Amino acid sequence: MAKQMTGAAMVVKALKDQGVEVVFGYPGGAVLPIYDEIFQQNEIRHVLVRHEQGAVHMAEGYARSTGKPGVVLVTSGPGATNAVTGLTDALMDSIPIVVLTGQVPTFMIGNDAFQEADTVGITRPCTKHNWLVKETDRLSPVIHEAFHVATSGRPGPVLVDIPKDVQFASGSYVAPKDAPTGHYNPPTKGDPDIIEALAEAMETAKRPVFYTGGGVINSGPGASKTLRKLVEMTGFPITSTLMGLGAYPASGKHWLGMLGMHGLYEANLAMHDCDLMINIGARFDDRITGRVQDFSPDSVKAHVDIDPSSINKVIHVDLPIIGDCGVVLEQLLDVWKKRGAKTDRAALSTWWTEIEKWRAVDCLKFTQTGNTIKPQHALSRLEALTKDHDRYICTEVGQHQMWAAQYLGFEDPNRWMTSGGLGTMGYGFPASIGVQMAHPDALVINVAGEASWLMNMQELGTAVQFRLPVKQFILNNERLGMVRQWQELLHGERYSHSWSEALPDFVKLAEAFGCKGITVSDPADLDDAIMEMINYDGPVVFDCLVEKHENCFPMIPSGEAHNKMLLGEDVDTQSAIKEGGAVLV
Amino acid sequence: MSPLKIKKGTSRHSAYDLRDHHDTEIARHTLAVIVDNEAGVLARVIGLFSGRGYNIESLTVAEIDADGHKSRITIVTAGTPSVIEQIKAQLGRIVPVHDVHDLTVEGPSVERELALFKVTGVGDKRVEALRLADIFRANVVDSTLDSFVFEVTGTPEKIDAFAELMRPLGLSELARTGVAALARSEKIC
Ligand SMILES: Cc1ncc(C[n+]2csc(CCOP(=O)(O)OP(=O)(O)O)c2C)c(N)n1
Ligand SMILES: [Mg+2]
Repeated sequence: MAKQMTGAAMVVKALKDQGVEVVFGYPGGAVLPIYDEIFQQNEIRHVLVRHEQGAVHMAEGYARSTGKPGVVLVTSGPGATNAVTGLTDALMDSIPIVVLTGQVPTFMIGNDAFQEADTVGITRPCTKHNWLVKETDRLSPVIHEAFHVATSGRPGPVLVDIPKDVQFASGSYVAPKDAPTGHYNPPTKGDPDIIEALAEAMETAKRPVFYTGGGVINSGPGASKTLRKLVEMTGFPITSTLMGLGAYPASGKHWLGMLGMHGLYEANLAMHDCDLMINIGARFDDRITGRVQDFSPDSVKAHVDIDPSSINKVIHVDLPIIGDCGVVLEQLLDVWKKRGAKTDRAALSTWWTEIEKWRAVDCLKFTQTGNTIKPQHALSRLEALTKDHDRYICTEVGQHQMWAAQYLGFEDPNRWMTSGGLGTMGYGFPASIGVQMAHPDALVINVAGEASWLMNMQELGTAVQFRLPVKQFILNNERLGMVRQWQELLHGERYSHSWSEALPDFVKLAEAFGCKGITVSDPADLDDAIMEMINYDGPVVFDCLVEKHENCFPMIPSGEAHNKMLLGEDVDTQSAIKEGGAVLV
Repeated sequence: MSPLKIKKGTSRHSAYDLRDHHDTEIARHTLAVIVDNEAGVLARVIGLFSGRGYNIESLTVAEIDADGHKSRITIVTAGTPSVIEQIKAQLGRIVPVHDVHDLTVEGPSVERELALFKVTGVGDKRVEALRLADIFRANVVDSTLDSFVFEVTGTPEKIDAFAELMRPLGLSELARTGVAALARSEKIC
């Protein structure tokens, strides 16, 4: 029957029973009993991070690249508060992670004990759910429930706070199959009537578009497969949010590219002019909609989302379908085929002709001239030289992130890790470590800005210690480039504190940690330098000095509609953002 | 087949836009929320309202099923139709929430609130207070030579009305419980 063991032993046993292979963590007084258990076993690997924020982003990278929940273990007080940014990031991007925190012993809670923090209070708004476990007997059922909640419905971060006396005390262990899962079981199947109505709308649509998001990735590889089938069979164009890149391949012939604030011209105009919008697993985020009053004014809108609160939150839709993207896509494909797999071929071909005209604008064109590397050029070369590798891409936040989304092609889901909802500078480097832990032989590249990268650069120690050959591809413009761009467009070119002053010598910095540094500034040397980075068997910090004042286009100025996009060349940057838009972020 | 009749362009307006032009009417709704009676559940509900900028007019909570560890939270809130829909959907996302019922739209319901009034005064005012209390079927639950404590049960409007009447007669303290409400016919939990 139920086995007796200490709370600390239960934690490790529960993790093993949940299939956990790796834990990202950092020890401290309130988790010592758990660390003692970790020391005495070999099944679960522990990655010692250099900062708890790093641990959470690593777990996110691990989760996003594998589809499995990422696990974090940190101590009470500062350990827990350092995890808050990562938790919020995972909540915004619906990433399943389980964070275990130590807590002061139950009899000291509330006394302002050393390293006490109200962890469940602080993390309540930035977790999907959290628990403070006060009895050892409750510990294993709660940990199993935590995994269930993190991974079912709309995924997200959960936290289990474990007082030290609960770790020391003995209790009975409950295996996952015997643990009650509670009532939390969101339905995954969509309403057949509405799905039928959507299939019907697809038959007559003249200007349809698929608009897909992170929900398709989160649903698992099966969802991407079904989506691809549906797109090929219908011949409808497809665009995706930043979060959804890779669900449909960038080389696919119906691919329009990313949409949104820095999305492609053809994608945004197709969204604006469509008559049927099929949103699968995206949430009408403000980076996507622009000015909501003018968002795709003449379309019938369908929205598939597992979270009912996403429906009609920002944009009112006609066909709300609550369910898991993969399941609903199957249902939709089935119904549409049963009804005869019909589309309005003639109208579709006119629609594609129109799209091709927008495509001909070639909104991502740039000219690489002179002795300075343009960031777009650096990414185009990175794409050319790495696209045939087993490749995973992470990013930091800023211009480089948007350029990476524009100039790199994603052929499969789970290959692209970027902080979308929260926009967390410092995300990419630790995320790349988490990805590499899960895929030791893959080429894992973090496309970074120099400023973002410095926010979690301490994790170089982790990369070196665990021999993780992550490639840090830094587009160094010596600027907080995205901030500088907004100041140019919005604040009369007054560049208040948007320089990266006193930057380190990145090569020396890399060497100080025992890894390789490469610097390149001449376009003529770029390819060789990238090849050197790829071929080096170990972590590399690649300092790519790029044009300092390049702006990221296309851009929909904040507060504007999709059809008011600014294109790259010859933009009048002075009048781009109107007063009403200036208050928006 | 589908009962839905979709017309092109019917979805022209976003929720924001609706708020500006069509969705401005603010209505009061009474919500019954059935939750697991566990630590922090009330904080989750209140945190949701403050974090997302919704308003709470009144809130009551108590355990209603000790064996099943369930509590019932009755929330009176106000908002435009789209805001009310969001509130309900957001409440539904909270893991220990089992059910959310909008009693205002789900058919007839009854609402009651209990209030205690301390009215201080002597002479005519004291007599008048007692006479009005009788009309409102208030109970006298305590009295001294110069004060009464009345207990009134009724709809929030009745309690408001009684408070208005007592104010000139020496109302010195008022305590209200907030609304408890039930659907009239069907059982909801
Ligand atoms: C933690 C955090 N702080 C501040 C910001 C605001 N912010 C967004 S982009 C950016 C500049 C990023 O600079 P860099 O990493 O060099 O990238 P670049 O835009 O130059 O490519 C800043 C400060 C943020 N997103 N995250
Ligand atoms: Mg920069």
